[in-house]
Amino acid sequence: MEELVVVPQTESRTVPGESFEPAIVAFVCNWCTYTAADLAGTARMVQSPNVRLVRMMCTGMVDPKYVIKALLSGADAVLVSGCHPGDCHYINGNYKARRRIKLLKEILPRFGIDERRLKLTWVGASEGNEFAATVNSFVAEIKELGPIDTRRLPLL
Amino acid sequence: MGTIARIEVKDGNPVAAVQELCVQLLGDDEIAAVLVPRRLPGTNGTMPALITDPAELRDADPLAPSFRINGARMLARLTRGGTDGGLVAAFLRPCEVRAFVELCKLNQGSMENALIISADCPGAFSNADYPTFAGNGDAAEAETDFLRAEGRGNFNGVEIARACAVCDHPSSAEADLSIGIFGQSPDQGLLLLANTPRGEGFMTRLQLPEVVDDGGRSKALGELVAERSAARDRMFEETSAATSDMNGLSTFLAACVNCYNCRMACPVCYCKECVFLTDVFDHKPWQYISWARQRGSLKMPTDTVFFHITRLAHMSTACVGCGQCSNACPNGVPVMELFRTIAASTQRAFEYEAGRNLNESPPLSVFREREFAEVTGGLE
Repeated sequence: MEELVVVPQTESRTVPGESFEPAIVAFVCNWCTYTAADLAGTARMVQSPNVRLVRMMCTGMVDPKYVIKALLSGADAVLVSGCHPGDCHYINGNYKARRRIKLLKEILPRFGIDERRLKLTWVGASEGNEFAATVNSFVAEIKELGPIDTRRLPLL
Repeated sequence: MGTIARIEVKDGNPVAAVQELCVQLLGDDEIAAVLVPRRLPGTNGTMPALITDPAELRDADPLAPSFRINGARMLARLTRGGTDGGLVAAFLRPCEVRAFVELCKLNQGSMENALIISADCPGAFSNADYPTFAGNGDAAEAETDFLRAEGRGNFNGVEIARACAVCDHPSSAEADLSIGIFGQSPDQGLLLLANTPRGEGFMTRLQLPEVVDDGGRSKALGELVAERSAARDRMFEETSAATSDMNGLSTFLAACVNCYNCRMACPVCYCKECVFLTDVFDHKPWQYISWARQRGSLKMPTDTVFFHITRLAHMSTACVGCGQCSNACPNGVPVMELFRTIAASTQRAFEYEAGRNLNESPPLSVFREREFAEVTGGLE
């Protein structure tokens, strides 16, 4: 088995700007955003290839530790995306996700992790274009921010 | 009868007066047992004991500045799921009361089955420092001096634990009955204050002499809270500055050996099995090698910073600042400083205060349809 290596092997990637290719981990819900991602793919919409999708049954099951682990392991950003409010397949999982992201956005910036590296969006199953646009704008934003510190720190 | 009464102290010994109160409570038909800190052999301080025989109360000492464990968990065990045989009268510190309130919200214990009595708390020494405080002299006298000083200054060269020195809740308004020490002469008399209808009922039955509030306790309490809040804010600033980036946080936690004692000692970390002790963290050899290759090296054991940040996410909204995490740390990691500092932010974010009110739901157990629009970029 091979681990997904998020630390790029080329030296130039530590310099913010055009050569930096961020690694983004996205936790997407099976019922809405994953379906939208699938639609964006089959419709051949142009998307930045920097996002690694993790398909969850619901954003309500994205435990804070998944986000923390990704960011500590060198992911430059984390996207959590699920159904629009009121549309959750499990009634209210996305509302719970919103509170957890709120919590993480209080904790992580205290340790120097830019709040913009964590994003929560609502993308419905039919919104393939919205998914592609979200990915593209998020990748552009993280390129602007540069690589996350945890990539080069000999973290404990 | 009013809600304030006087506990007479004889021979300058406030502990004996509180023991007498315990005896009276045990004599009440409604009370099945008393949970009270009891002196350990030697100079080791106190541990909670569940007492049903009044004779066993001779070593009970709820006023000793010893805080070996957070008693909220013990009371949770005694009240969870209801009792048939009456109430447990529990002597808890204010932070233990607040931890117990949090545990009750999480269905780990029940207020219904407890009569909570909380003495004003000038603070306590860490487990490491308590024997120095106790010394070889007269423990009772040292304790009375400590109560009179309201925990200020140093005693035999040691000061109260940092968590206590920055505690902004040295008295409990959540307990059924409070024992007033602040602003009193503890070698002459203490106050008993009822905060709940249950407390008032017991106070009536105890038939203590009623007194009029002279405001002395409130004034002394206000001064102590002001001092400790100022110390707390200094501690927040120091800790925030030291952990403002990942490098700082790594340095802050560098002495951690992943023993997870902080989690074991934490009263509100109530999971039966912590995820960090499960197979999830039983990594495969190839994973370690792979991680080492990514950065060229890997600190073993792994996941130290990960553990602490995750615990912050899991329990900081319930943190009552009792400081048992720091007390339990074998390597002097200032865990309490980190957790209180972050907990102040997370609790503020949800307009929540751990242990304040039994009717306020833990922030991550509820939600509203429209809230925190900023999290999703203004979209609701």
